[in-house]
Amino acid sequence: MAIDEKTVRHVASLARLDLHGVDVTKLTGQMSAILEHVEQLKEVDVTGIPATAHAQNRRLRLREDEPMQVITREEALAGAPKRQGNFIVVPRTVEGGGSS
Amino acid sequence: MSLSPSELHEMTLASAKKALAAGDVSSRELVEAHLSRIDAMDGELNAFITRTADQALDAAKTADETRAKGGDLPPLLGLPVGLKDLLCAKGVKTTAGSRMLENFVAPYTATCVRKLVDEAGAISLGKLNLDEFAMGSSGENSFFGATKNPHAPDRVPGGSSSGSAAAVASDMVLAALGTDTGGSIRQPASHCGVVGLKPTYGRVSRYGVVAFASSLDQVGPVTKTVEDAALMLNAICGVDPFDATSLSETVPDFTQSLGRDIKGLRIGVPTEYFVEGIDPGVKRAVEAAIAKAKDAGAEIVEISLPHTKYAVGTYYIIAPAEASSNLARYDGVRYGHRAEGASELVEMYTRSRTEGFGEEVRRRIMIGVFALSSGYYDAYYGRACQVRTLIRRDFETAFENVDVIAAPVSPEPAFKIGERVDDPLKNYLSDILTIPLNLAGLPGMSIPCGADDQGLPVGLHLIGKPLDEATLIRVGDCLEKVLPPRPTVKGA
Repeated sequence: MAIDEKTVRHVASLARLDLHGVDVTKLTGQMSAILEHVEQLKEVDVTGIPATAHAQNRRLRLREDEPMQVITREEALAGAPKRQGNFIVVPRTVEGGGSS
Repeated sequence: MSLSPSELHEMTLASAKKALAAGDVSSRELVEAHLSRIDAMDGELNAFITRTADQALDAAKTADETRAKGGDLPPLLGLPVGLKDLLCAKGVKTTAGSRMLENFVAPYTATCVRKLVDEAGAISLGKLNLDEFAMGSSGENSFFGATKNPHAPDRVPGGSSSGSAAAVASDMVLAALGTDTGGSIRQPASHCGVVGLKPTYGRVSRYGVVAFASSLDQVGPVTKTVEDAALMLNAICGVDPFDATSLSETVPDFTQSLGRDIKGLRIGVPTEYFVEGIDPGVKRAVEAAIAKAKDAGAEIVEISLPHTKYAVGTYYIIAPAEASSNLARYDGVRYGHRAEGASELVEMYTRSRTEGFGEEVRRRIMIGVFALSSGYYDAYYGRACQVRTLIRRDFETAFENVDVIAAPVSPEPAFKIGERVDDPLKNYLSDILTIPLNLAGLPGMSIPCGADDQGLPVGLHLIGKPLDEATLIRVGDCLEKVLPPRPTVKGA
């Protein structure tokens, strides 16, 4: 189906993407072309056909839930853009709180 | 006996392994020859994102010392390889070709890398370029610049394992690992005139592979010969407690499938894969290869895979849906790119993601979010999963009657860099012959089968039953001996 710019803007906000500086008309056209191609799937009679979400269609093999050391805390934190001790620092999430 | 540098980088994995065992060459010499080749070639080709020359030379020294001690040696000890930069190697940058992970240093090693390098003894020369987060089939969607086709530098090498295929084709590494979500090993292998094998979904652990579409992603080798693909598969396959989708079935010794004939083997040729719009040069090369298979004693059987035309539509709902979910983790909090100066959390998420992701990745995330959003889920994702079942059943029916399927890999040879950047749908449509295997979880391989009218490489696509990579190796190895040889690349 063709989608409109309003839908594209809504989807961008759901995806946490900013369209500032993006040619929204062009993007809407590209997304519409892709979704119009997907329309073909409506020709297919899928009555009673089970869904394949996964090629194996078998139960996943689970292991015992036993703790093991895979990476250390320091290794896990090493990529954090901003940290304070063993914590990751982010901008504040509520109004009126202390400074971050 | 002393070998010249060109004799060293022109070796295959198998011939270099023999030369090491015979004492004709050291691992240090092999690594140095390939590092020199990279210095000479990669300024033009841009196949590498990160080179790990110092670590490689250290590893070569250790490998030569281990070999000198003798005893039971790891099967690929001291052989230089490359890794698609989607695979984590501890302590080395793993960028996924994205600004988002430009400075990300992997805190752990992917299972396939651990098996190939730490256990089988291969030496990584570095991390290879790719379309950002493996999304693309041209190599152009990399934050680190497009990789060029070694046979025609104005053309794309294919993608997303662009660097893996270009590096192997130009003799910068003996072999490489790639990943294949919709053709990303086979299509660049076809465009670059090398062998690329996507194993059965679950054969190789996905632990430590930056996730794109988790029900489709699979790691596999890019090599110069089918024999080399067998050696690489032997090293990387097998169950892994860290990937619940990895398969526990026994892994055969794939080298046992080499040097055999294909007499009486039934090879299916799907009518739907020789569609209108297929490049005449590609069609001719593939048909000639199938005729060679017949000459070698195989029985050629026409088959039908009736839902093929729906594969692209199915894939471009399922893969973006899974990608939008997998890439939700990139929020600028724990690792990866964080935008400067955001005063509030959601603003930080949004700006980090917008700055960190390239255009194609953002577009796919948006398609995926749309397909999964309230009111559209059943009509798009739900229906695509049902059509996926029909595509899988097409193969199940076909494989009741044939042992292996032969077809083209891509309907066209490598196109010119920049030609398609504004037409994503046209790019997606060219994935039609590789995507169905990922949807069905089947193994597939591309082997060089000559060139089109302009001299661009063409690949023959061999498609196997689930877990039957052995037959792909058997057929590929047999045909490789009668098909035109792999095109080589002259030095810079």
